[in-house]
Amino acid sequence: MPDVTKTAPEVEDAKAPIADPSAVVKAEKARSLWGDAWQDLRRNWYFIISAALIVLLLVIAAFPGLFTSASPTTGDLVHHFLGKPELSKIGSPEWFGYDGQGRSVYARVIHGTRASVIVGVSVTLVVTLFGGLIGMLAGYFGGWVDAVLSGFTNIFLGLPFLLGAMVVLQAFTERTILVVIFALAFLGWTQIARVMRGAVITVKQADFVQAARALGAGTSRILFRHILPNVLAPVIVVATISLGVYISAEATLSYLGLGLASPTVSWGMDISGGSSQIRVAQHILIYPSIMLSITVLAFIMLGEAVRNALDPKTR
Amino acid sequence: MGRYVARRLLQMIPVFIGTTLLIFLMVYTLPGDPVRGLFGDKGADPATLEAMRHKLGLDQPILVQYWEYMKGIVLHFDFGTQIASGRPVTDVLGDAFPVTLRLAGMAFVLEIVLGIGLGMAAGLRAGRLTDNVVLVFTLLIISIPVFVLGFIVKSVFAFQLDWIAPNVSNDATWGELIAPAVVLGSLSLAYVARLTRTTMAENLRSDYMRTAVAKGLPKRRIVGVHLMRNSLIPVVTFLGTDLGALMGGAVVTEGLFNVKGIGGTIFESIVRREGTTLVGLVTILVLVYLFMSLIVDLLYAVLDPRIRYA
Repeated sequence: MPDVTKTAPEVEDAKAPIADPSAVVKAEKARSLWGDAWQDLRRNWYFIISAALIVLLLVIAAFPGLFTSASPTTGDLVHHFLGKPELSKIGSPEWFGYDGQGRSVYARVIHGTRASVIVGVSVTLVVTLFGGLIGMLAGYFGGWVDAVLSGFTNIFLGLPFLLGAMVVLQAFTERTILVVIFALAFLGWTQIARVMRGAVITVKQADFVQAARALGAGTSRILFRHILPNVLAPVIVVATISLGVYISAEATLSYLGLGLASPTVSWGMDISGGSSQIRVAQHILIYPSIMLSITVLAFIMLGEAVRNALDPKTR
Repeated sequence: MGRYVARRLLQMIPVFIGTTLLIFLMVYTLPGDPVRGLFGDKGADPATLEAMRHKLGLDQPILVQYWEYMKGIVLHFDFGTQIASGRPVTDVLGDAFPVTLRLAGMAFVLEIVLGIGLGMAAGLRAGRLTDNVVLVFTLLIISIPVFVLGFIVKSVFAFQLDWIAPNVSNDATWGELIAPAVVLGSLSLAYVARLTRTTMAENLRSDYMRTAVAKGLPKRRIVGVHLMRNSLIPVVTFLGTDLGALMGGAVVTEGLFNVKGIGGTIFESIVRREGTTLVGLVTILVLVYLFMSLIVDLLYAVLDPRIRYA
């Protein structure tokens, strides 16, 4: 059983020569936070499993053709959806059976990866950049800037996330991937902004910031060269975990019929489509559900591992 | 204390106005026309449409509409009229709210009891088998999206074992609501368990715990009073903001189990572009959220006597 809490003492052997070249680049001063974290991560089973899964998912998302030659969108009614999936024929179109329109469930599961990964990664990027900027400005400048920006954040925080996203999505007649990304990012940035603001407020009183200011460094230099590297850790942790949450949210919205729409292939839509045949043909629903859960799990596990590596309290 | 509450209530006003204005703007930029929708495919002549719009106040500029709407809420507790049925939104809410409140309440109790219980069991034995089981279990729950979990519960307990009915009847008895409540509360339950576990494991190493043990206090008092009281602050923070989220999250769960609650009403009003109903419902959720965050702040002082509100 992988044990997150017990990995902490192992950091002691970080004094051992660093074998990995990328660790040397990051850990210029032998034991920086990032060097330590990397040493910790390399021995963490959570990290190894989730990283392997994520690499696999990225490959599937980028090159679905490598995994299946069947088309996810053209069905042939020769294949009846009541036919049982042929689990021994690994990788063939009939592996997971067929859906109500004679489309290969396996092909749809494979091709659905791209939409989920793109939505998850893009929303996280947008949210981290925008929320991070808002939080940084609020935390660093304080005073009325903080009052305005925090008020702004609180207004968005008061809206229930899923409901707000549903309303935003309903405003668009054509719901492409871009629209879904916009809807999720529109309401999702508040968490990062709060985390960033808190971290910046703690760091800005540090001596090295005062020293940089005394040396005549400008605001942008202090912010991006001195403060930013020291507040990245909590932001990265929150961002990684929320990546999984956004993938789950996209699937939920697509399931409700308010997210992605055909011809984009999405697990949420497939699960919704399969729900009407849940009593007679469970395979239509099961396989996209498994794939979706594994994807969310991989990103949340990665976030956990990164948190344990970066959080000094667990050491 | 009284002054603190008054100040907090005053601080809530701009947030309340901002959030409701935001939802108002979002809803009214929706394409589609609820008035035209009233007449179906046949349509009506432009003069009738215009008269209808005027009657409903939809011909006014958006900020004027917002002002009128807020005035109605504050002065007459009037949340508007549902356009399709012509009933006041408060009536529609009155039908749907009790079921959802019971559902969310059950999920909430489940979260507190099971979440804190599991978290304590894991946190007190950090690093041992119980801890690992709880960690893996909660990780799985967090990873499985709510609607997938709903299907799992439905197909196992309703279709295979035949223990529950797949759909909740119109009476929505307490017994029928157990399964939906489990599904609705599971995600937050996992978060609460993990949060409790982490803070407990951290606080176990603190000085006051050593002191309490050294004083020879019984274990029940050490864990139940000293440790619990100090560990609960982050948990209470989470729980406080969660009740509103539960009611919002009911959209999925209620749809799955066919519960006739606020979630279904919200979904319907989004799909039908029923601006007034939607704004009314979300306004109430926002009020619940703000009220709960005030309660949480007041609970801090109960849990941690160092926090004083003069």
